[in-house]
Amino acid sequence: MMALELRERPVEQTAAAEIIDCDIHPKVRSLEDLRPWLSNRWWDHLQTYGLRSRHGFAKGSPYPKAAPMACRRDAWPASGGEPGSDLELMCEQLLDAYGITLGVLNPLSTGQGDQNAEFSAAMCFATNEWQKAAWTEREPRLRASVLVSYEDGEASRAEIERRAGDPDFAQVLLLSRTAEPLGQKRYWPIYEAATEAGLPVGIHVFGYSGWARSGGWASYYIEEMTEHAASAQAVVASLVFEGVFERFPALKVVLIEAGFGWLAALGWRLDKVWARMRDEVPHVPRPPSAYLSEQLWVTTQPMEEPKIRAHLLDVIEWIGPDRIMFATDYPHWDFDDPGHALALPDKALKRRIMFENARAVYGRG
Amino acid sequence: MSWPRLQAIDCDIHPSVPSMRALLPYLDDHWRETVEARGIASLESISYPRHAPLTARPDWRNESGQAATDLVAVRTQLLDHFGVRLAVCNCLYGVQLVFDAYMARAFARAVNDWIAREWLDPEPRLRASIVVPLQDPEFAVEEIERCAPDRRFVQVLVLAMGELPLGRRAYWPVYAAAARHGLPIGIHAGSSYRHPVTSVGWPTTYAEDYASQAQGFQAQLTSLITEGVFRQFPDLKVVLLESGVTWLPAYLWRLGKFWRGLRFEVPWVDRPPHEIVRDQVRLTIQPLDAPADAGVVSRIVEHLRSDAMLLFATDYPHWQFEGDAVLPDGLPADLIEKIAVANPLETYPRLRETA
Repeated sequence: MMALELRERPVEQTAAAEIIDCDIHPKVRSLEDLRPWLSNRWWDHLQTYGLRSRHGFAKGSPYPKAAPMACRRDAWPASGGEPGSDLELMCEQLLDAYGITLGVLNPLSTGQGDQNAEFSAAMCFATNEWQKAAWTEREPRLRASVLVSYEDGEASRAEIERRAGDPDFAQVLLLSRTAEPLGQKRYWPIYEAATEAGLPVGIHVFGYSGWARSGGWASYYIEEMTEHAASAQAVVASLVFEGVFERFPALKVVLIEAGFGWLAALGWRLDKVWARMRDEVPHVPRPPSAYLSEQLWVTTQPMEEPKIRAHLLDVIEWIGPDRIMFATDYPHWDFDDPGHALALPDKALKRRIMFENARAVYGRG
Repeated sequence: MSWPRLQAIDCDIHPSVPSMRALLPYLDDHWRETVEARGIASLESISYPRHAPLTARPDWRNESGQAATDLVAVRTQLLDHFGVRLAVCNCLYGVQLVFDAYMARAFARAVNDWIAREWLDPEPRLRASIVVPLQDPEFAVEEIERCAPDRRFVQVLVLAMGELPLGRRAYWPVYAAAARHGLPIGIHAGSSYRHPVTSVGWPTTYAEDYASQAQGFQAQLTSLITEGVFRQFPDLKVVLLESGVTWLPAYLWRLGKFWRGLRFEVPWVDRPPHEIVRDQVRLTIQPLDAPADAGVVSRIVEHLRSDAMLLFATDYPHWQFEGDAVLPDGLPADLIEKIAVANPLETYPRLRETA
């Protein structure tokens, strides 16, 4: 293995007095944690057939991660269990360490997007109950996400309605790689229920669509990671051109862990395509970028890092400084450190990205 | 900017196969019979539906709605009108969509011979890309070897989305052949539709299909870089044709960040991706996905951090610009000179032989 020199870096104590972290991954110690909220039928199903994503590996992921469980090597709890499964360690490494004001939980790998959508709905329900019992009811700085079995629009609607009005839930959570582009009508019950409940729809990268990346299956994890931005671009194009933003003007969509540098160029591309093919999408009366600047938000991590910092400022200006929200992705290996990741000279801008924008999106009323 | 004075080299134009009948003389007896016996009416691709607005500018269409099907039109509308010195023909007939590799080989040959006889022979300002049957890399190499002695073929043409990602070793013999003959690999927007155009399945609209081509380019660039193609073939140039361009800087920031974190996975990638791209990847400038704002355009071009990467192109007859506004406002004058002539000559060695 390569030798790495580890240097202590002082945490930057500047304008980021308040931080909202839009992407924290809590983990079950084992799927047994969900058992209290699963029927015998689905518990037995889980024991017999296991989780079955739209890929072939029974255990783990198709592309081996950068580190075990894709996690920081220092994030494994001494008490056992996987990174993200221990509230005390999460407080020590994240919430207390950086003075996080509020953190949004995005649980992964508990059956959301399973090939069996009915089983997935049961697992999502159990995961939502677990988030309350194991996290939000124990730690007031944390908010949960409403996981839904997104391939089944009506089941998703039912789960969102069940959580509507519960202040422990900050958003509805989808994964980006769905069976069909997320703008399609089968997913509209999700948007309808979310807007009725006053909840933003967070779309976290990953999930397994079952389809190849544009142009064929990647070989490497570095390709898969890079491609999340491209998947997110397809999701945005679909939401725009299917008319989702137009049909649900109160809908707020948050793209999580897709980065954000690409969003300006995508808006320009969609505007040009829209201008040329307006006859194909008469249900989209405004230029795509108009919807994006009102109804779409992006989280920072993994933050793009151009060699020339001013280029990032250009992009922030083009996207709109009110569109971008900070996220760490704790406890994953590509964690963005709140003290260093956003070295912006403009303290007011930094405060917007670290705190104010997320407060506006996730704050109620 | 006066285009005739500039004498630009147009790196992406699209002569269009008017009908299957045009190719019949260039098919052998077996395939000519097959076309008739099995009723193969057309290989036209849905990547550019004939009557979609993008496919041809209204004032460039003939009475039947087609464009760029005859040399007179290309001369008057493009070559003479814009004072083009040389133009590279990228024929987008659907050869890459064919599932039968033997049939793809036959049609690739027919298209290349048709281009040579009916376009390159009568018009000395035209050059062409070699359409290859990538369905079988061995056939693709054969087609390169067959066409390469004709120095008017200046590039090998593939699509942004195919069966396998372009970096895969199965395709390396194709790159070896291209490099051997001084031919860049031109990757053009379009799909063989072996997979949906997005990683999340088939979209509803043509608008999404066309928008998604930019994601196809990103995927191919990632594949070519991470599989080590550029290191294996250091003299090979890859030209992204009709890519939209402006997605590139942020894409490289992202890939560069992951390369720093994950280079142990692909140890043969021994340079930062942005360096590889600046040395070996070029992009045609139409369309340039940007707002009509000269200030923004000039900043985007700065984000590329290179004045060698952009190549002049009209994308004729696709409807990318109005009137004579071939280039967006906001490009510095010295960069325009480079884009128009020097960069194309640097990219395509064979253009230097006659330009």
